[in-house]
Amino acid sequence: MTRAVPARPLRLLGKAEQPPAPEPGSPIIELEGVCKNYVTGPEEVRALIDVNLRIGVGEFVAVVGASGSGKSTLMNILGCLDRPSSGDYRLGGLSVGLRSVDERALVRNRMLGFIFQGFNLLPRTTALENVELPLVYRGTPKKQRRRLALEALAQVGLLERATHRPNELSGGQQQRVAIARALVTHPALLLADEPTGNLDSRTTREVMDLLERLVDEESITLVLVTHEDDIAARAHRVLTVQDGRIEQDRQNRPPPPPGPLPRPLEGSEAGR
Amino acid sequence: MSAFWESLWLALRSVARSGLRSTLTVLGVLIGVAAVVTVVALGESARDQVASQIQSLGSNLIYIFNAEGEGQARANERAGHRLSVSDAEAIRREVPGLRAITVYSSTKAEVVSDFESASVDIVGADQDYVTVRGYGIESGRDLSQSEVDAKAKVCLLGQTAAQKLFGQSDPVGYSLRIGRHRFEVIGVLSKKGQSPFGSDQDDRIVMPIGSWHARVSPGHDRKVDIIIASAPDAASVPGLRDQMDQVMLEQRRAGPDGKRDYRLLTQDTFRKSEEEIYQVLSVVLVSIAAISLFVGGVGVMNILLVSVTERRREIGTRLAVGARAWDIRWQFLAEAITLTCLGGLLGLALALAGLELLERQLGWSLALPLSAVGAALGTSVLLGLGFGFWPAERAARLDPIEALRHE
Repeated sequence: MTRAVPARPLRLLGKAEQPPAPEPGSPIIELEGVCKNYVTGPEEVRALIDVNLRIGVGEFVAVVGASGSGKSTLMNILGCLDRPSSGDYRLGGLSVGLRSVDERALVRNRMLGFIFQGFNLLPRTTALENVELPLVYRGTPKKQRRRLALEALAQVGLLERATHRPNELSGGQQQRVAIARALVTHPALLLADEPTGNLDSRTTREVMDLLERLVDEESITLVLVTHEDDIAARAHRVLTVQDGRIEQDRQNRPPPPPGPLPRPLEGSEAGR
Repeated sequence: MSAFWESLWLALRSVARSGLRSTLTVLGVLIGVAAVVTVVALGESARDQVASQIQSLGSNLIYIFNAEGEGQARANERAGHRLSVSDAEAIRREVPGLRAITVYSSTKAEVVSDFESASVDIVGADQDYVTVRGYGIESGRDLSQSEVDAKAKVCLLGQTAAQKLFGQSDPVGYSLRIGRHRFEVIGVLSKKGQSPFGSDQDDRIVMPIGSWHARVSPGHDRKVDIIIASAPDAASVPGLRDQMDQVMLEQRRAGPDGKRDYRLLTQDTFRKSEEEIYQVLSVVLVSIAAISLFVGGVGVMNILLVSVTERRREIGTRLAVGARAWDIRWQFLAEAITLTCLGGLLGLALALAGLELLERQLGWSLALPLSAVGAALGTSVLLGLGFGFWPAERAARLDPIEALRHE
């Protein structure tokens, strides 16, 4: 069942294209026959081969695999940073795989939150301004932006550090600011690429506790790439990627009861 | 669009943060914009100024000067070949088409009135001087022919000279002393202002040439510095000039292609030479503007290209959280424009100083017109857009995956 891609780029998530009211329990992520090929020099590299994947709302999924296994490509496609060569990617019921550059930017802005290994906070910019960044590109008015950013900082327990700059914060605190930045838009999906890779064991626990709490209490869907077994062990589900395929899909613990599909927020509705 | 203002604010902050580096970067822009502003300011006011100053000399004038050059002049003097009152008389007699003609000689001398003493230009001339030069009579009366013929001890005062020697009171009827001779003030000339050669045309005393020769600058016999004639209209100037040349050649007993030890110039010649100064200045300034704007623009482009490379991760992050290509493009364009506008503002300040200098050197009054400010601003913005385009385009086209991978 392939959905036609309408040619109305910037009204992507307008009323007309709002996906039909989802049935309870429908997955947030649906990959169907997704392939990704790269041409490097004379060779064609098949980074992903016919990947089929469904992830439910509120699930915490860990992705493991050796480097070069294709897990980065998978994450890039899930994050709408890259387009599949073929196959369909539906995010919250909306076909997003083959969108244009700016449409994918809009999808990232409205539906996705990113957490990076290197935090990727803007230097010389306060924690608050960093958290506000996605809302700037959404065109949210300043006052509302400030309020939402403060809420997100409160959620990660860093309200009192709002005016600090990244170089005045510890690694764990920086990552929590980055998590607040990912949460500020109320995304349907959080994508974390080795979020604790640059942290020591104590702050790793701190950050993982925070992420787990968000999953358990806020019904946030989290897809997390990791190398470490004890982090993967905390997920509901562990996907092992190898040679461009999902080699293993293991259930660690029962997934949460299927929640309602979060509706992507419209620009001005962000704070309501 | 709040991302728009956000980018502008961001650009201002980043430019302000690296104040010195930014200022150095925009040095070329600064000089270029200053040159542009000066050219525009010149274009606005210089032509009019030149025209009005030339006009202040009188109208449709034909000049005869002694041939130039110190050595030449002295040689001519020995040979007796200097302009003289007889030359002027011959022309007056034989070129009836002229409206008026006068001789002119001047020297600086100490003048003493009942109140003050001052150093003033003393001009020896004919009864036609006031007519030829287009002065009016402010009070009193003009020189009469009989006074000129009789070498009378009378004089006319320019406004500045009158001010210097008599303050606010009307000098007519008073007398003043030059050396051991007393002269009666019979009239005051109307105000004329500065000449195109930079002298104050009101700081002078005019008296009959005979009186001047006898009492102010003895030993010159009947020699004069200049003969000035006035044609009735512009069209008759070239013809009358040729007739005057003819008479002068006869006076020197030389043939039509004889060697001339005098120079005939028309008022037009002065206008042309002043316009040439203006044009040379414009060409120089436009060249400076073009070169420095280009250099400045390349500097801005260079610093932005470095900035794009240095900030790839930042760009990647912005793309990841939903910046569109235009958001990124605009961010860097805003930075380019902020830089060039900084240069533009500094350039405007430099231009103000430069115009002040030109004003003093050339005696042109050069107010900074609004259009020059517009030109500065417009040039800056266009330069920012032009030279910011490529770096901004490179930033906007970055692949988010590549950009995020960058350490």
